Amino acid sequence: MLEDDIDTDVIFPARFLLNMDKEGLGHYLFHDRRLAAEEKPGNVFVLDRPVFKNARILIAGANFGCGSSREQAVWTLKGAGFICVIAASFGEIFHANCFKNGLLPIVLPDETVSSLASQAEQGICFTVDLLTQTITVAGQPAINFSIDEQRRQSLLNGRDETDDILLGLADIEHFEAKHRSRQPWLFESA
Amino acid sequence: MAQTLYEKLWESHLVSTEGDGAGLIYVDRHLLHEVSTPQSFLALEKAGRSVRRPDSTLAVCDHAVPTRGRNLPIEDLQARAQVARLEQNTAAFGIPYIDLQDKRQGIVHVIGPELGFTLPGITLACSDSHTSTHGAFGALAFGIGASECAVILATQCLRQHQSKCMLVRLEGQVHNLVSPKDLALALIAAIRADGANGYAIEYAGSAVDAMTMEGRMTLCNMSIEAGARVGMVAPDETTFAYLKGRPMAPQGVMWDQAVAYWRTLKTDQNAVFDREVHLDAASVEPHVTWGTSPQDASPISSTIPDPESIADPFQRKRLSQALAYMGLTPGSRLDEIAIDKVFIGSCTNGRIEDLRAAAAISKGHSVAHGVTALVVPGSTQVKHQAEAEGLDRIFLDAGYQWREAGCSLCVAINDDRLAPGERCASTSNRNFEGRQGAGSRTHLMSPAMAAAAAITGHLVDVRKLAG
Ligand code: SF4
Repeated sequence: MLEDDIDTDVIFPARFLLNMDKEGLGHYLFHDRRLAAEEKPGNVFVLDRPVFKNARILIAGANFGCGSSREQAVWTLKGAGFICVIAASFGEIFHANCFKNGLLPIVLPDETVSSLASQAEQGICFTVDLLTQTITVAGQPAINFSIDEQRRQSLLNGRDETDDILLGLADIEHFEAKHRSRQPWLFESA
Repeated sequence: MAQTLYEKLWESHLVSTEGDGAGLIYVDRHLLHEVSTPQSFLALEKAGRSVRRPDSTLAVCDHAVPTRGRNLPIEDLQARAQVARLEQNTAAFGIPYIDLQDKRQGIVHVIGPELGFTLPGITLACSDSHTSTHGAFGALAFGIGASECAVILATQCLRQHQSKCMLVRLEGQVHNLVSPKDLALALIAAIRADGANGYAIEYAGSAVDAMTMEGRMTLCNMSIEAGARVGMVAPDETTFAYLKGRPMAPQGVMWDQAVAYWRTLKTDQNAVFDREVHLDAASVEPHVTWGTSPQDASPISSTIPDPESIADPFQRKRLSQALAYMGLTPGSRLDEIAIDKVFIGSCTNGRIEDLRAAAAISKGHSVAHGVTALVVPGSTQVKHQAEAEGLDRIFLDAGYQWREAGCSLCVAINDDRLAPGERCASTSNRNFEGRQGAGSRTHLMSPAMAAAAAITGHLVDVRKLAG
């Protein structure tokens, strides 16, 4: 999807938000774009082209996933089989949502994104390795990417964030006591 | 060390630091709505957890609710189920819930401030990107996803990365028919949809000082359309006057104590921002959008740009896709674009002042032949206030439909939507493809501009109409 500013309404149209599931949302991915593409005779939506049929890595323009905070944008990508999105930048909430669901968002410079995209067009496969933080294309030097260490660990070990936070329950209670003395009005029943 | 307002709020809510600019942040207030929370509650249930502070959580239905026939069961079964689910979930977890018949019902970002649930100096989260709205009160307010919502319900905390700070200075006296919405659109067009990615914006300057709370909310609301999760304005006398006496705001001695604290909430004189943007507010014209991103905004007097003139290939592709979708040709005039529908409402422009502005333009006029126009108040209280002021009569006499409160045509999850290809002058915040229904075409603008378009049947400079 080599277009800048693809928003989460394009990724997952709002009217499907009435569906309360989190699984099985893959077929909504780019729903209206796909439909519009299919309406033009002889046209195939980019993700339906044979070379991309089993794609697991999405390459996109800058600011991918801007707009609404709907986590369905991530769930639908996962549901459609994607495990990684590469773009020059991401909408912030989408970016955070990715990590909660095991979808790896990789930020790379524009030129690198373009070059990976044109190789993908030719059906060249590449490998993304989260352990070494590299993307490798056969016969080429590896491309490094950086990612916040804590987020990388959470993707790798899949630990539950709430459990982790509650390990520090004493800190939270301590903070609440201090906070209450500073802003007591926040602790009167709202 | 001198600090920005954002840095002060960050620091005063830091439970523990986690290195790398990350920290565990305490969340004072948490708003819930029906569409983005079913999966969050499910996660909670599955893990057998309870809600840490139901007393600082508040739930309301706004997105999927019909704006007609409020006393009837919701026709759409999925929407009905979603509303019922929120009711069940809040009952099961002991969370205060405002039901559809309640006179406090409305869009989360309208009722939070209205009830005094939103206060200066707090952190506030909601699984909704326009949570930035609440920053107008000098709160650190940000949108989250459904998973993060579940984390906050269970822990009252959230892991966050500290944002960089951006100062947006709006100076000068604004023309009286130019609104904060126009300033927001002009700003987003200038810094682009990703211009504030990674930043928390603080708005300041004489134009902001002069703004009402409604105006500041409109401004902060649109921050996310420039990529900023957070937009804020330091609290001042305007803020305190708005909040005083609100049902959930502190009262009596507590009020005085709170105001004394709130007065300390400002950016220090020597604080350094990572980026500063200045906009001459006095020279901003009424703006409208013509594309499928809020950054595609231009003064109403201009023409549609040519994608071929854009050097960047990804942006060029985006623009040609946008113009094809919108059915518009480069070089054509914005004020000649004919419309089918007008929508006045949303968390951006569904407050009492917005309705007053639209009513002032509509008074004594009629909606153009062939145009359907809707007013959907942002909350039931706004609706009642407008009715007390006779604004409903003005709209009804002009040929508008006068609806019940909700998100409605801002997101078209309920039964209010455009038919494919229909074009709408809208006071909402997003002109994304399909936002007002599959194939819908949205032009964003201020309430006064939308009301003017309703009368003429095409986009028009409201200053010409109102003289
Ligand atoms: S009015 Fe629109 S933007 Fe605001 S909360 Fe509702 S759907 Fe979201």
